[in-house]
Amino acid sequence: MKARVTVTLKSGVLDPQGQAIQGSLKSLGFDGVGAVRQGKVFDLELGDADRSQAEANVRTMCEKLLANTVIENYTIEITP
Amino acid sequence: MKAAVVVFPGLNRDRDMIAALTKIGGEAPAVVWHKDAEIPKVDLIVIPGGFSYGDYLRVGAIAARSPVMDTIRDRAAHGVKVMGVCNGFQILSEAGLVPGVLMRNASLKFVCREVKLQIENASTPFTRGYKQGQIIRCPVAHHDGNYFADAETLARVEGQGQVAFRYADGTNPNGSINDIAGVFNEKKNVLGLMPHPENLIEAAHGGSDGRQLFSGLLNAA
Repeated sequence: MKARVTVTLKSGVLDPQGQAIQGSLKSLGFDGVGAVRQGKVFDLELGDADRSQAEANVRTMCEKLLANTVIENYTIEITP
Repeated sequence: MKAAVVVFPGLNRDRDMIAALTKIGGEAPAVVWHKDAEIPKVDLIVIPGGFSYGDYLRVGAIAARSPVMDTIRDRAAHGVKVMGVCNGFQILSEAGLVPGVLMRNASLKFVCREVKLQIENASTPFTRGYKQGQIIRCPVAHHDGNYFADAETLARVEGQGQVAFRYADGTNPNGSINDIAGVFNEKKNVLGLMPHPENLIEAAHGGSDGRQLFSGLLNAA
């Protein structure tokens, strides 16, 4: 079983890296781009056989390590 | 007062911190490697600056989850004083021992310069060497010192005297919210700060404004 965790900054948290990327895209001629927010993706290989158990485990991993929930949100996708 | 300095792989300010504690306290601190089973019985635990675990994942995140932090959390709960400087502050915040989080500098640049700090709460063991409202010089050197807390946490930190130091005279180098440079936990026995007082303690450093933090803390002259 595999999991993909996507971690993004909460709205309202300043993202200077996203802003720099937006500026760079603009300088390349992509004028239509609005706000850019940078995040992280983690692909995990899991030993769990049970889907709901896997999701529960990954949720705990996010709360304990993968995300800092003061400033970040996370989403979890489980695939076989 | 007995002190210990805890060292994680990737820290590089440990020797400066050991020198400051030794010179001002008159006694060399115990140096504890993060894998050591025990921290000796001390009154003060210091986590110095650097780049623990290469700043992987988030600054301080990996070190904050290491087993030695459980010991530090336990000691702090029993009133032992804990101070984290620079990466040490980042580690304490990731471990939840002080409120808030340190984000990438708003300028996206590493800053290495001198700033001014206002003493916001002089009635703690860490700051009693200074006068309330006093402004001191202090060096900073970091890439991720942009302090942030949500509105509710920030109101609590401000309302309970948990702001230790604020960047003064427009010298905020990193975009920190409310110009916050250092914060206490609620009990005021844990302090995290981005600036490096250990690097301004004697004439050879070009000043000694950082000295009173250690002398007040260590009850030394």
